[in-house]
Amino acid sequence: MIRNGNSFWPGLLLALATAIALFANGLSLWWILAVLLVWIGTLYLVGAAPPPEEPVSEEDPFSSDNMSELVEFSGTPIIMMEGSRISVANRAARKLLGKHIIGQDMRVAMRHPKAIRLLESNKSGSAQIQGLTRRKDVWRINRRIVGNGISVVELLNKTAEVDVARSHTDFVANASHELRTPLASILGYVETIRDEGDALPPQTKQKFLDTILAEGTRLQSLVSDLMSLSRIEAEKHDKPAESIALTQLVRNSSSDAAGLNRKDRLALDLQDKIFVNGDARQLEQLTRNLVDNALKYGHADSEVRVSLSLTENDEAKLQVTDSGEGIDPEQIPHLTRRFYRTDPGRSRASGGTGLGLAIVKHIVERHRGRLDIASELGQGTTVTVRIPAQSG
Amino acid sequence: MNEHTVKAFDEDITRLRGLIAEMGGLAELSIQESLEAMINGDAKLAKDVAKRDKKIDALESEVDKLAVRIIALRAPMADDLREVIAALKIAGVVERIGDYSKNIAKRVSEVEERKHFEPLTLLPAMGELAAEMVHDVLMAYAARDAVLAREVIAADHKVDAFYNSIFRNVVSYMMENPATISSAAQLLFVARNIERIGDHATNVAEMVHYAATGSYPPDEDDG
Repeated sequence: MIRNGNSFWPGLLLALATAIALFANGLSLWWILAVLLVWIGTLYLVGAAPPPEEPVSEEDPFSSDNMSELVEFSGTPIIMMEGSRISVANRAARKLLGKHIIGQDMRVAMRHPKAIRLLESNKSGSAQIQGLTRRKDVWRINRRIVGNGISVVELLNKTAEVDVARSHTDFVANASHELRTPLASILGYVETIRDEGDALPPQTKQKFLDTILAEGTRLQSLVSDLMSLSRIEAEKHDKPAESIALTQLVRNSSSDAAGLNRKDRLALDLQDKIFVNGDARQLEQLTRNLVDNALKYGHADSEVRVSLSLTENDEAKLQVTDSGEGIDPEQIPHLTRRFYRTDPGRSRASGGTGLGLAIVKHIVERHRGRLDIASELGQGTTVTVRIPAQSG
Repeated sequence: MNEHTVKAFDEDITRLRGLIAEMGGLAELSIQESLEAMINGDAKLAKDVAKRDKKIDALESEVDKLAVRIIALRAPMADDLREVIAALKIAGVVERIGDYSKNIAKRVSEVEERKHFEPLTLLPAMGELAAEMVHDVLMAYAARDAVLAREVIAADHKVDAFYNSIFRNVVSYMMENPATISSAAQLLFVARNIERIGDHATNVAEMVHYAATGSYPPDEDDG
């Protein structure tokens, strides 16, 4: 037994000193020995047991095994690195970067030069990078060294914050021009009617009023389209999670879009039981916009085919095909731009706002899908939307 | 990939993949910044891009050396060999992508009167598409995802269509504004470079597909 030297040795010295003093006083040797025995024996028995020693082992308290359980269910993507290798990635990180990153070099998971510079240095710190998984996303990387070549990396999504500023300027730049045109003509006509209302022949006045009404209606649909566009943009970073029976939804919103008088031009070919994670209202809007476009730009009385199927990659594929004039291939890349029109006059005449496909594109992006437009002049246009289907 | 009994081999492959990813990250940033520099006339950013290219070149030769060493020392077989060969080829292609970005950056100072130069507004959307392809193909490489690689290949025709559209646009702009011909000609080269970047992303995608499956993707080129 290891005694605690701090209290034992002074005690022993005191006992010996006492014994010498007693001896000097002429006490019998036997008595002195007895006193010493009791004294030292007591010291020995009551001596405090030492506190249990900290085990000095080689194992690091921050070993991967200990930590991985700790962070597994955190909502924040967390990665642990041993040297430059990723040894642990919690559930959120695996979902974000893919299962394959475990055991890989960290550069495979985060290849942005700024991230690499941070992770290669042996210092704690943070960096903000663009394009971690999707090209436009912005993430903040916080890294802490916890010892023994092991570091913990935390990933925080900053996309929404960075985006807000950008989308505001876009909105103002685009919208002001489009809003100004109808407003200018409304104001012009109203002014004319006010100043010379009595002098105007009734037909002219009626024509003016009709124009005002038409422009007002256009403004209204423009504003409502802009509203839905900005709403979709605002939400674009949270992946929709509602389970949607796509087949039923497409059937309903296609006939909605067609209305009573165009309904017989629709040819639906929908595979049953296709489910996606989505936002019901937005998917309805997507279908409506596509079907409405096809009906509008297809030849009058020609058929518009709407088909829905499941691809081999587990994607729901929605195709809307019209047999109209088709679109010049040069125009196709620009179609999803806001307020882009292949033929401004015709689009305005039919009440288009120039936002329909932009809205479609944003909805598709929010659903992590893909949008393709194929067209042949004189043959017609096919718009294809692919959205990841619900697995299982 | 299966674990290897020789741990050193595992480490080599991991490092090789890390180097490729690092090159890719640099190239990706260069594309983005070179276009940004071109559109805003930012000479400093352009210089950054040119500087970065040296780093990419250095990494390429590092990949070369490591790949040769792996082949010489470890004699890899089957999917391991494919992985190394693909890495070797991908490094070369990514280096080319870096060169094209540098070339775009080099032309920044040659374009004048940006404010009133209409064709310039066509470039961002095209650059966006090509950058997206490069981004996707690097994700596909990291995940060994053959399906995503095929999607990248399928996207190339969009960039080509954009190139044709911009080409015609710029040419007609030149005819209407002969004073801007020298600037506009530069833009044609820039568009060409972006188009080549798209092609190279396709090449990488083919390599990724090859490394993952052992076969090249079916040819979807329609001329």
